[in-house]
Amino acid sequence: MKHPFPFSAIVGQAEMKQAMILTAIDPSIGGVLVFGDRGTGKSTAVRALAALLPPIMAVQGCPVNSAKVADVPDWAMLDEKTLVEMPTPVVDLPLGATEDRVTGALDIEKALTKGEKAFQPGLLARANRGYLYIDEVNLLEDHIVDLLLDVAQSGENVVEREGLSIRHPARFVLVGSGNPEEGELRPQLLDRFGLSVEVASPKDIATRVDVIKRRDAYENDYTAFMLRWQAEDAAIRDQILTARRALAELTTPDKTLHDVAELCLALGSDGLRGELTLLKAARAYAAWRNDTALTRMHVKEMAPMALRHRLRRDPLDEAGSGTRVARIVEETLG
Amino acid sequence: MGRGSRGSWKKPLAEAVWHRAVLALQLLAIDPGLGGIAVRARSGPVRDSFSALLAWLPGVQHRIHPAVSDEALFGGLDLSATLATGAFVQEQGLLSRPGTLVLTMAERATTQLAARLAMTLDAGHAHRLVALDEGAEPDEMLNPKLAERLAFAVDLSEISIGEAVSVSDFDPTAAITHLRQVTVPDDICDQLTRIAAQFGIDSLRAPLFALRAAKAHAALLGKMTVDADDVEIACLLVLAHRATQMPGSDEEEQDTPEPEQNETEQDQSDTLDLPDEMLLEAIKAMLPDNLLERIAAQKARQGKGSGSGAARKGNRRGRPMPSRAGRLGDGARIDIVATLRAAAPWQTIRKQASGRDSLQVRSEDIRVKRFEEKSDRLLVFTVDASGSSALSRLAEAKGAIELLLAQAYARRDHVALVSFRGTEAEVLLPPTRSLVQTKRRLAALPGGGGTPLAAGIVMALEQAIAATRKGLTPTIVILTDGRANVALDGAGNRVQAAADAQRMAQTVRSQRIDALVIDTGNRPEPALSALAQTLGAIYLPMPRADAARLSQSVAAALED
Repeated sequence: MKHPFPFSAIVGQAEMKQAMILTAIDPSIGGVLVFGDRGTGKSTAVRALAALLPPIMAVQGCPVNSAKVADVPDWAMLDEKTLVEMPTPVVDLPLGATEDRVTGALDIEKALTKGEKAFQPGLLARANRGYLYIDEVNLLEDHIVDLLLDVAQSGENVVEREGLSIRHPARFVLVGSGNPEEGELRPQLLDRFGLSVEVASPKDIATRVDVIKRRDAYENDYTAFMLRWQAEDAAIRDQILTARRALAELTTPDKTLHDVAELCLALGSDGLRGELTLLKAARAYAAWRNDTALTRMHVKEMAPMALRHRLRRDPLDEAGSGTRVARIVEETLG
Repeated sequence: MGRGSRGSWKKPLAEAVWHRAVLALQLLAIDPGLGGIAVRARSGPVRDSFSALLAWLPGVQHRIHPAVSDEALFGGLDLSATLATGAFVQEQGLLSRPGTLVLTMAERATTQLAARLAMTLDAGHAHRLVALDEGAEPDEMLNPKLAERLAFAVDLSEISIGEAVSVSDFDPTAAITHLRQVTVPDDICDQLTRIAAQFGIDSLRAPLFALRAAKAHAALLGKMTVDADDVEIACLLVLAHRATQMPGSDEEEQDTPEPEQNETEQDQSDTLDLPDEMLLEAIKAMLPDNLLERIAAQKARQGKGSGSGAARKGNRRGRPMPSRAGRLGDGARIDIVATLRAAAPWQTIRKQASGRDSLQVRSEDIRVKRFEEKSDRLLVFTVDASGSSALSRLAEAKGAIELLLAQAYARRDHVALVSFRGTEAEVLLPPTRSLVQTKRRLAALPGGGGTPLAAGIVMALEQAIAATRKGLTPTIVILTDGRANVALDGAGNRVQAAADAQRMAQTVRSQRIDALVIDTGNRPEPALSALAQTLGAIYLPMPRADAARLSQSVAAALED
């Protein structure tokens, strides 16, 4: 089987790559939204991310990837419970997915053949402790969006239908991509994404040529290409693991908390989620850079991606929200 | 076969177009990585001859139409087989096996369908898509998301049957085997990327497709290395129809920084057989003369609702959508098949429980039909009640609104009324369908004061945005006789007022809200025409208020 295009081989798009790495360091940041033009490598980056993530320990065959034997749900009916190492799940939520497939539903096969009422877990179960990826997230049907909003908030999927009553953990990092020209996202869904980045095609020829060459090499000289870049991917993976350890040691000075609060106040972002995410992102960023203390610099760097999608829409402001955040960051933090 | 002499490529003659289409199909047969081909042609003998050639594409072929259901595409429960055998039978979707999909009436494909097909093409399972686009108008075209993922696009609409000469049979097998051995000289990548950039093609898929097409062409001719000929043909087939600007046009100079252009010029002289210049000329020769106007028209249209309003979901009218669990009542219609499908798995259990041996459908099995219909439109009348207007043409402006209202009534649209005079604008009538009330308020419209045009636009925009959130499709109708002379901050400053109005107009356009500017002045006012242009709106001067003519032109403008 052909592996996806390696993460480290993606040319440019530094902000998008950084955002994805941060969610790998601290999944509680809560996902990434990637908005941009056609043909800018949005989907490529998400698929590449899967290969980059460190493996997790989970009970073999458990439908919700439980970390502990005791956590395996009863309805899974597993006889043997052993812990194994498995890759972090990255689950695709295709646009055509029905409600049944997303939340899980009655296992039709068992119902028909054995007359048994059994639960067939859906995509949310499989994504537990991993990533849920929605391409073209702005085209997702409304009732699926409602469903996701609830689950992404509570970290638990509750299925009360067709005579079934099942609840199981569904904690995942939500990654969405889309082209804003085709439709907007509801503010409620926007808010569920921790970070948001905007991507554009590279403008300079040398970079563009690089993109084409690497893609061509991936398709035609697969083995050599993977050998070269998988090593780079492994280096990033090691750095993620180091950062995870560093994150625990990292101190947060009160001054930084003050900065964060002041910035969010100046921006008038709704709710406290913006502050929390910005703080988490700044911490993860500091850990990634292997800095020992959180400083104003980290906050400034992370502010655009953590806050740009949380501003109240102001139709009279022609500048993009990213520019607005940058401007206010300059004004507030200097 | 399928290849004329070099000269014939450079002229968009009908026969050359046909040869190019045939060649594109051959390349697609050789390399599924090219995604597919978009064929623009009305149904007719020429399209039939082209469709006959689709047999060249290896693998199974399926015809799909824009209303194809997800179940047909992705598979699902096979109800009849499941009920017949009493065992779970999964139906295979059309996308589960690699093959060629022929999408008919491709210009009518919704964004949703386009996204699903695009996902399939992106997955790289060797699917090919042939999109038969029967669009008659320039703005009826294939969804850009799909067009982006198809390497080729050919337009057969100008070809007569005599020019669609028959072609000898073609078997891609040998070329497919040969394709793996074709190598690409290093500078070809650079050249293709540069050319794509010069024609203003932003997406990086384009040069990638061009590269693949060049290789496939080399394989077709049994060459070991891609050469200048292959590159030229790849550019013509893949890049020409994606061009968004002429190389060297003003627009480009803004986009591309100077140093790169210099670099480009240096590069091309030393290594390449075929200099960029020649390729650029070859592609240019293929572009229609009115390219730039067409692009401007496309940009203006992008994302804007045409007269009929944006889509929304209902349960009675419109295009059918997948049915959902729901309750009967409130006018909902039951979807019998989906309901039976939902009840089917339970039959064994229910029969055991109840002891009755008949079909048992319970309320939780009920599935209701859903339809997508067009949303209502809101006309936001933004009326200039300033001194100049009040004195001269306010009465006529009111007459014009009543004409529009009559039409609005016929379409059952909503209306809102904003007026601006003195230093500010006010909402006289929030969005409503009560036309009587609107007329009464209009009759009582007081006049006098300055012309704070920008403030009026801001107020109208707020109404329009609020309406969008409620699912209406707003159109702003501005009635004024002239120049803004009060700025947003209330100061009487003509220059600032005009700048503010332009700025607000840009904002309206960026929100993709339709607009209509009616000039009620005695003489057409250039400033208003400029404003309409900024708004991307239609400009209607109304020098002598001829009610019938006005009614016609407004109707035409709104119908759009």
